[in-house]
Amino acid sequence: MSLSIESVEKIANLARISLSKQDIPLYTHHLSDILSFVDQMNSVDTSDIIPMAHPLDAVAWLRADVVSETNQRDHFQTLAPQVDAGLYVVPKVIE
Amino acid sequence: MHNKTLVELSQALHQHECSSVELTRYFLERINNAQLNSFITVATDIALAQAQVADDRLAQGDTGVLTGIPLAHKDLFCTLGVKTSCGSKMLDNFIAPYNATVVEKCHAAGMVMLGKTNMDEFAMGSSNETSFYGPVKNPWDIQTVPGGSSGGSATAVAARLSPVATATDTGGSIRQPAALCGITGLKPTYGLVSRYGMIAFASSLDQGGPMGQSAEDVALLLNVMAGFDKRDSTSVNHPQEDYSTHLADSISGLKIGLPKEFFGTGLNANVGKVLETALSELEQAGATLHDIHLPNTHLAVPAYYIIAPAECSSNLSRYDGVRFGHRCENPEDLLDLYTRSRGEGFGAEVKRRIMIGTYALSAGYYDAYYLKAQQIRRLIRNDFTDAFKEVDVILGPTSPTTAFKIGEKIDDPVSMYLSDINTISVNLAGLPGLSIPAGFVNHLPVGLHLIGNYFSEARLLNIAHQYQQRTDWHRQIPPDFV
Repeated sequence: MSLSIESVEKIANLARISLSKQDIPLYTHHLSDILSFVDQMNSVDTSDIIPMAHPLDAVAWLRADVVSETNQRDHFQTLAPQVDAGLYVVPKVIE
Repeated sequence: MHNKTLVELSQALHQHECSSVELTRYFLERINNAQLNSFITVATDIALAQAQVADDRLAQGDTGVLTGIPLAHKDLFCTLGVKTSCGSKMLDNFIAPYNATVVEKCHAAGMVMLGKTNMDEFAMGSSNETSFYGPVKNPWDIQTVPGGSSGGSATAVAARLSPVATATDTGGSIRQPAALCGITGLKPTYGLVSRYGMIAFASSLDQGGPMGQSAEDVALLLNVMAGFDKRDSTSVNHPQEDYSTHLADSISGLKIGLPKEFFGTGLNANVGKVLETALSELEQAGATLHDIHLPNTHLAVPAYYIIAPAECSSNLSRYDGVRFGHRCENPEDLLDLYTRSRGEGFGAEVKRRIMIGTYALSAGYYDAYYLKAQQIRRLIRNDFTDAFKEVDVILGPTSPTTAFKIGEKIDDPVSMYLSDINTISVNLAGLPGLSIPAGFVNHLPVGLHLIGNYFSEARLLNIAHQYQQRTDWHRQIPPDFV
């Protein structure tokens, strides 16, 4: 499996990661290597196998719908790069 | 002092031969004198304050086995008020607003946190070279890697900078560094140790576990770490056990399975010889050896490198430069804020895995990659289920080689991924696995890997302890740290 430079640029955009132009050929090379490696999976027929998402086939358990956490907005917002009046600040989205 | 077992340290504390403050100062000094880059943060003030509290508890007759014992936490467990970086520039400024359950449990047991250990960025790596804080050096040969991703915790225990340490294992990140550093490390059954407050990499594979000098020490720390936690939706409600109760049991009649897939062409011949000696030791203790097959083993690493990146691409989408973590300077618009913050905050290996995961989950590729990998995951689990009908435990080399040179594999991701060829299938199946020191090749440690059935941690530790009663590999200390 070999990826093109354009595909890697598209994947990086989908993943919301900026890559510098000069790094893209190396990423293309490494990602192609990895995908060629995982192609070994196709050596076995799995058409009758049920996919396994959890090792113990556990199911999520339920709890009563009651408040279990206290509001710590101010504490959490001390971690944020930019806040104002209790809001997280980002560049303007709508012109 | 640093040669003592946890039981010996505990006795010294309870008999007031030394105080927790003295013990803590002693290990802090060893940390400060070591040049291995094992720690990202040394929590001197907090450690001494916690030690003082422990001493007060001991003076009042506290009987907790681990009260006053220092430990190190992998920098992936959230610690209230102390930086939790996960080895990443992205979280270089992150002070967690809460404690991980594991951290809380260790604290409640009276243990003293010395600091936070170095690791591969977001636990993605097998050599500790992907850390934003630089590589960790193996105390047995500082030109070589300690393994990863828990390289900081492994070297801290190996060089006796901390009596025990916490770590995590998604594809071998406890067992492979334990093997390469000559210590004992246990990856428990998936769900036994709470993941609450463990920074997520691949949620269906991640599992916390203990590292120590011996099986006995690891059992004592597992007693504290394990337990159901309603704050972790994948925590398993398994009855609480005392993992030290069965250490002294005989292993006579134990059936050990030897999968031919673990002893194939990739295995270094000298590592193979060390294992042969270990096997005859176990036979003398009454175990019997049986050849078995795990026919889908060769598919484990390929399937893992779809499943783990897929889960990582989802988990790491939370790092957006908005609520916490790194934010780029002067973003032009929201998209620029996201892409540049992530481009600057993540290192190359993390970016590769996020992109592989994004690709595997994207429209048109999901069935060919993600679904296929999950089907293979079931085949691998079934291999183990079949094997455990015939044998009690499975044994092999933790790593096919001893520690490799720093820089040797970092430019070739696939070659690095194959370092975990013997450990990854265990995570895919969710089974417990244990690595113990079994000898040396050219002065570098060799790890022996034991795999058990679900919730057989006590049995694995029993076998390891019986082996360690007959050998002294686990007592060896790197010459510069004696």
